[in-house]
Amino acid sequence: MLAASMLWAPFSLVAGAQKATGGPAVVQPGAPGEPTKTLPADTHASLPPISRADVEFMQGMIMHHSQAVEMTAMISSHTENKGVRALGAKISSSQADEIRMMERWLAARGQATSMEMPGTPGMPGMPGMDMSGSPMALMPGMLSSEQMEALRKARGAEFDRLFLSGMIQHHGGALVMVKDLFNSAGAGQDAEIFDFATDVDNSQRAEIKIMQKFLEELH
Amino acid sequence: MNLTRSVVLPLAAIAAILFIPKPSNSQEQKPAPAPPGQAQAAPQGQEKPKAEEDPFAPHPAPPLPPGMTGSDVNDPRAKLKAGMYDAGEIAKGLKHLAFVKKPNAFQIQATSADDPSVQKMLGQLGVGAAELQKMPKTLQVVIAQLAFANSDFAFQGNHLFQGNFYGVNIYDISNPAKTSLLTSMVCPGGQGDVSVYGNLMFMSVEMPNGRIDCGSQGFPAEPAPEPGKEKERRLPVPQKERFRGVRIFDISDIKSPKQVAAVQTCRGSHTHTLVVDPNDKENVYIYVSGTSFVRQSEELAGCSGEGPEKDPNTALFRIDVIKVPVAHPDQAAIVSHPRVFIDPRSGVINGLNNGGSHGKGEEKPRDTDQCHDITVYSAIGLAAGACSGNGLLLDIKDPVNPKRVDAVNDPNYSYWHSASFSNDGSKVVFTDEWGGGLGARCRANDPNKWGADAIFNLKDEKLSFANYYKLPAAQGDTENCVAHNGSLIPVPGRDIEVQAWYQGGVSVMDFTDPAHPQEIAYFDRGAIDPKMLVLGGDWSAYWYNGAIYGSEIARGLDVYELTPTDLLTQNEIDAAKAVQVKELNVQNQQKLEWPSKLVVAKAYLDQLERSRALPANEVASLRKAIRSAEKSHLKAKQLAKLSGMTSGLESSAVGTKTAADASRIQALEEILKHPAA
Repeated sequence: MLAASMLWAPFSLVAGAQKATGGPAVVQPGAPGEPTKTLPADTHASLPPISRADVEFMQGMIMHHSQAVEMTAMISSHTENKGVRALGAKISSSQADEIRMMERWLAARGQATSMEMPGTPGMPGMPGMDMSGSPMALMPGMLSSEQMEALRKARGAEFDRLFLSGMIQHHGGALVMVKDLFNSAGAGQDAEIFDFATDVDNSQRAEIKIMQKFLEELH
Repeated sequence: MNLTRSVVLPLAAIAAILFIPKPSNSQEQKPAPAPPGQAQAAPQGQEKPKAEEDPFAPHPAPPLPPGMTGSDVNDPRAKLKAGMYDAGEIAKGLKHLAFVKKPNAFQIQATSADDPSVQKMLGQLGVGAAELQKMPKTLQVVIAQLAFANSDFAFQGNHLFQGNFYGVNIYDISNPAKTSLLTSMVCPGGQGDVSVYGNLMFMSVEMPNGRIDCGSQGFPAEPAPEPGKEKERRLPVPQKERFRGVRIFDISDIKSPKQVAAVQTCRGSHTHTLVVDPNDKENVYIYVSGTSFVRQSEELAGCSGEGPEKDPNTALFRIDVIKVPVAHPDQAAIVSHPRVFIDPRSGVINGLNNGGSHGKGEEKPRDTDQCHDITVYSAIGLAAGACSGNGLLLDIKDPVNPKRVDAVNDPNYSYWHSASFSNDGSKVVFTDEWGGGLGARCRANDPNKWGADAIFNLKDEKLSFANYYKLPAAQGDTENCVAHNGSLIPVPGRDIEVQAWYQGGVSVMDFTDPAHPQEIAYFDRGAIDPKMLVLGGDWSAYWYNGAIYGSEIARGLDVYELTPTDLLTQNEIDAAKAVQVKELNVQNQQKLEWPSKLVVAKAYLDQLERSRALPANEVASLRKAIRSAEKSHLKAKQLAKLSGMTSGLESSAVGTKTAADASRIQALEEILKHPAA
């Protein structure tokens, strides 16, 4: 492929030839100090790979967010605390919105929106997943079924306390998930997952601060 | 709510639309997808009819909070036809001159499912050919749109530089109506925020796929683990070839930029700001704002993402300053990490939780640990930092060591995103990027104090809130929309900003009276897609030497010009065009200076007529005198007459004139005394 290799050759001669034709140049610089390559005029964009960690992050975060939405759904019947109600509404609407975004991301890539349960033949386990064979595997920070049951039974100030401490634990888990994502080789290279995970980190960190303040005020 | 069910049911819904290659879902199901609008938000705690739900249909906005108002649903912009390249368009006070489609080198070939390049791309994403045949075509457009999103602009001479998550495109704008592509420079890593200075071009990189060599392949993903070895790591996370930071290119050959330096930072560079010290001709400086994760010290020595209690050298709670020797850009390096959030009394570096407020005690407890964007105004020695939880005012007279002099927060603000000063430095317009730009936030039910501009008065290095401005027209629920980047339009005597609102389009706002901002022109297009939110719209809309350029995220590049209306005259437009600059990096704000020309005088006269500060007969006789001076090609006799007319101007001003009118009259007098050709 002589023609092709000439087009790729990193010589200024090629750039000069491009200029002579007058069409737009398609170029790709090299590392600092290295020459710039001229690419074929019909070059189209390509993407880095998405990784298993990306898909598992999204699948796991849908499950994780779903529990937050489930927790906030109790608020209206369990407490009159205005601060908790307002915060709950914000968490509920943003996380429900994000669940849809994650479902879209997965569906657009031909991936399932839930992860395989542990023990499914040929399917890998999840980091942080409960490997004991219980039907519901929990993502980091998710409340246990005992914690959820206690929350369901609590009312008033007791509910506020359990809700806030539970949601702080829950959000803390999301931060762990983001950290794990960016600590996986080849993960987070997709622009949407990068932006989303970055936003989860920033916004949930801020919400943790707000909840810690509420919790201090309760005592 | 049963959690297991809530997780599994949406899967069935998606399987109804997409073919999903898992054994349990392999039989084909093709019920009709839910019509748009049918997917309603279920009340909290109630099971949604998920099997019917289209996962791509937008959710309606929640009801307006009490006491809040939303945008106007009767505005003609509220109901434009959707379409990628054939959407409905509407304009007021703006004429659309040109549209240039995003170059092929920055697009995947996603027009046909049969195209081999689509299959190749989707194959990389893990989507097989069989599934591809089942995938709706609109989906192929939406895939990975953000990876090729157009971002910010810089300008120099006849060249426009359009940043993109995938690199930079350079256009020839010598004739704005015939804007043409010169160079597509492939160099991925997002967001591609771009600046130019002389022969140098700077570019921000923040994403983990960024490579020092500008390669588009990114880094390999961890291969599927063998059974029983799920937790074993086979590939290292740290990559010496990874690049996150600010790249520097030599652009002396505009068709072949050459990378001369790449300055690595711990958090990468989400945005950057060129800083030119008026007292230092040898160097320029770059303020780096990083907003994402801190990488491992194994990849870049010294990086720590710990809290300040654990590590006082944390890469959080700071900005980075790069010094670039103009003659030796290859020696560019970080020279300081200003702790702009420090509490000056205690020395605590995370000292900015409640940095002042105009919200009467409704301060938000936030640990502000990052700036999103910084606008420097060296002529007045100040910078405005839009820093996630706060708006900051920085003294930058020593550019290496910026010092915080004021900070504000706002109960309605979600994310402090960007800032611009008025030309006289008496006001600052901040923006709130509520929802991060990816969401529909200009719907009728979205409060117009959320995701809006906040205009502050600036006096004696103190910011005080004046009012909000939000795009007045309601937008659809498939249009991502929130306040975004804008620049000043150099109309003398007024503070006017043109601003991008993503799929809300372009809005031109007058904030001369900061308590009563007013829209004076706009352009809008319909949504990219009527049924689902596809990321798009204007990232930036900037005025440069007579034209307005819009960086359309998905579609390409738009060029506009202002047209006269009752809110803006031809004279005012011509006076704005009289200001010509050699270079424009909007976040490095330059003081605008108007030539002492009669066209500028005519603009002031129009304004004084509009505000009725001068009586009509006075305006008419001044216009007549200006016309005859112009006709005479500025002969001495006519000029003497003009100059003579200025003596009574001040006293003939009607009633109580505003400060703005007083300075217009003064400026008008100056020009009429010494008009230049």
